[in-house]
Amino acid sequence: MTTPLADVAASGATLRAFLHGLPGVDRVGADQRAKMLGTRSIKTTAKAEAIDLAIRMVDLTTLEGADTPGKVRAMCAKAAHPDPSDPSVPKVAAVCVYPDLVGLAVEALGGSGVKVASVATAFPSGRSSLEVKVADTALAVAAGADEIDMVIDRGAFLAGDYLKVYEEIAAIKAACARPGDEHGAHLKVILETGELATYDNVRRASWLAMLAGGDFIKTSTGKVQPAATLPVTLIMLEAVRDFLAATGRKVGVKPAGGIRTTKDAIKMLVLVNETVGEGWLDPDWFRLGASTLLNDLLMQRQKLATGRYAGPDYFTLD
Amino acid sequence: MSKTEAVRLAVRKTYKLYIGGAFPRSESGRSYAVTSSKGDFLANASKASRKDARDAVSAARKAFPGWSGATAYNRGQILYRIAEMLEGRRAQFVAELTEAGAKKAGDAVDAAVDRLVWYAGWSDKITSVAGAANPVAGPYFNISTPEPTGVVAVVAPADPLLGLVSVVAPVIVTGNTCVVVASERAPLPSITLAEVLATSDLPGGVVNVLTGSVKEIAPWLAAHMDVNAVDLTGVADDDLAVACEQAAAENLKRVLRPSAPDWSADPGLKRMTAFLETKTVWHPTGF
Repeated sequence: MTTPLADVAASGATLRAFLHGLPGVDRVGADQRAKMLGTRSIKTTAKAEAIDLAIRMVDLTTLEGADTPGKVRAMCAKAAHPDPSDPSVPKVAAVCVYPDLVGLAVEALGGSGVKVASVATAFPSGRSSLEVKVADTALAVAAGADEIDMVIDRGAFLAGDYLKVYEEIAAIKAACARPGDEHGAHLKVILETGELATYDNVRRASWLAMLAGGDFIKTSTGKVQPAATLPVTLIMLEAVRDFLAATGRKVGVKPAGGIRTTKDAIKMLVLVNETVGEGWLDPDWFRLGASTLLNDLLMQRQKLATGRYAGPDYFTLD
Repeated sequence: MSKTEAVRLAVRKTYKLYIGGAFPRSESGRSYAVTSSKGDFLANASKASRKDARDAVSAARKAFPGWSGATAYNRGQILYRIAEMLEGRRAQFVAELTEAGAKKAGDAVDAAVDRLVWYAGWSDKITSVAGAANPVAGPYFNISTPEPTGVVAVVAPADPLLGLVSVVAPVIVTGNTCVVVASERAPLPSITLAEVLATSDLPGGVVNVLTGSVKEIAPWLAAHMDVNAVDLTGVADDDLAVACEQAAAENLKRVLRPSAPDWSADPGLKRMTAFLETKTVWHPTGF
C-alpha cells in the first residue's frame, strides 16, 4: 500500500493511536438517522425491484449443531431455485454453512452459480488458538468454499489488543489463498457488534477489519442479540465509504442476524442507497445473512404478483 | 360565568380493534362515525384496512397451535368463563344494544350468555358425536376424529351481540382461531365483547375483531392464502358473497354461505361441524 495508512499497523501503539483517533459516533444521531431512513415508503414497482434485489443478496444460512447433509442439500436446492413454481425468481447470492459441510454444499450447487460461504475460525465464539483457526480456514478453502466468514477475537479487541486482532485477520486472509486462484476465497470479517458494547467500538472494529485486508465486514454471527440493527449497519456503511475515500479499496458489508421480514430487508437497502450510494446495491458488495427472510421475501413477491396475501403453507420451511 | 357547580367532563371510550390480544387503532388511522338507530352520533369506530386484516390473520395463525392443542375440557372452561364475564357486564351490553336499536336488549344478552354456556358444554362432546369408531373388514381399529380446520375468517351478522356470539363460539370451541369482521352498522357491542374476551383467559389471537367496511375487508380475507375457511353469514350483498366464494376457491377454503337464521332458535351442530375436518386413523390389531 502506498497510502498514508500504510504504517498504521507497524506497532500496537500506532494502531491504537489511529483507531482511537477516529471521530466518535454520535449515538443519538446514528439512532435517529437510521430510524428516519426506516420510515421511507417503498411501494409497487419499486418494492418489486427491491424484493428481487434482496433475494439476490441473500446469504441463505444454516448454522446449527443439528445440520444434517439432507438439510444442507435441501437448502442448496432452495438457494438455486427459491420458488420452484416460479422460474422468474432470481437465485440467492450464496449459502452459508459450517466448514465440514462445505464439500457437500459445493457438490449440491455444482454449476448453479450460487456461491458457497463457510464460517470458520472457531465460529461463533472465536475462542481458539491461531493455529486452529488458520487450519479451520484452510480446510474450508480446500473443500471449495468461495467465501470465508471469520469471527474476530472480541476478547482481545475489548482488552485493547488491536494488533493481535489485526494479525489474526491478516493470517486468515493469507489462509484464504488458493493455488491457481488469483483472488482466493473472499474474506468476510464478523465483528459481532452485539458484544462490542459501543458504536465507537463498531467503527474501530470496522476500520481494523478493513485495514487488515477483509473483503467484507459483517455485523454478527446471528448467535448474539442484538444482531444486525439499522444503526450498527449505518455505522459500518459509513466506515466502508470513508475507507474507500482514504485508500481507494472498496469493501462490502453484510448485516446478518435478526433480519426476518421484507420490511427489514428494504430498510437495509434504503440505508445502503442513502449512505454509500448505488455502487453497493449489488450482491458483490452488499449481502443479507438470513434464513427465514427468504420465505417472507417470496411471500411478498407472490402477493405483488397475484394480489392475494400469501401463506407460509406454500413455501418450504427455512 | 357565575356557575358555581363544576361540570365534570365525560370520559368516553375509544373503540379500537382487537388483534392478537391487544387493542390497536387501525394501521390506516381511519375511523367512521357510528350512529344509533335514530341517527344520533354514538362514537367513532376504527375502520380497519386490509393490512389490519393481514395482521389479524397472522395473530390468529400464531394462536392456532396453542388453542387447538389445548384440551377440549380447557376450551370449554374458557368459553364458560366468557359467559361469566359477559353476564357481569350485562348492564353495559343492554345499554349499548338499546342504543343500537334492539327491542328486548336484556333478553338478547341473556340469550348470548346461554349460547356461550351451551357451546361450552359441547367442547368435549363434539368428538363423540362427529367422530366414530368405524367397523372395517380387517384387523384394524379404524377411528375417525374431528379436527379443527385452522384460521377461520368470519363475517358477523347484523345482530350485534347474539348473532356475533352465535357465529364465533362454534368456531372457537372446536379449536379453530378466527378473524371476525363485526357488524358494520352496529360495531360497538362487538368491541365491548372483545373486552370480555380479553379478560376471560382466552389466549390472545384466538379471536380477533375488526370493525369497518365489510365490502372492503372481506375479499382480502377470502383471498388470503393463510386462511383455511370463511363464514360469510353476515354478507348481505349477493355480489360480494359470490366474489368472496370465488376467491376462497383458490386454496379450497371451507365456505359457509350467507344466511339469516333466527338467532334465538336452537343452533344445532351445523356451525361446529362446518369448520371441522375428519381425520381417520387405521391402527393394526391382533399382533
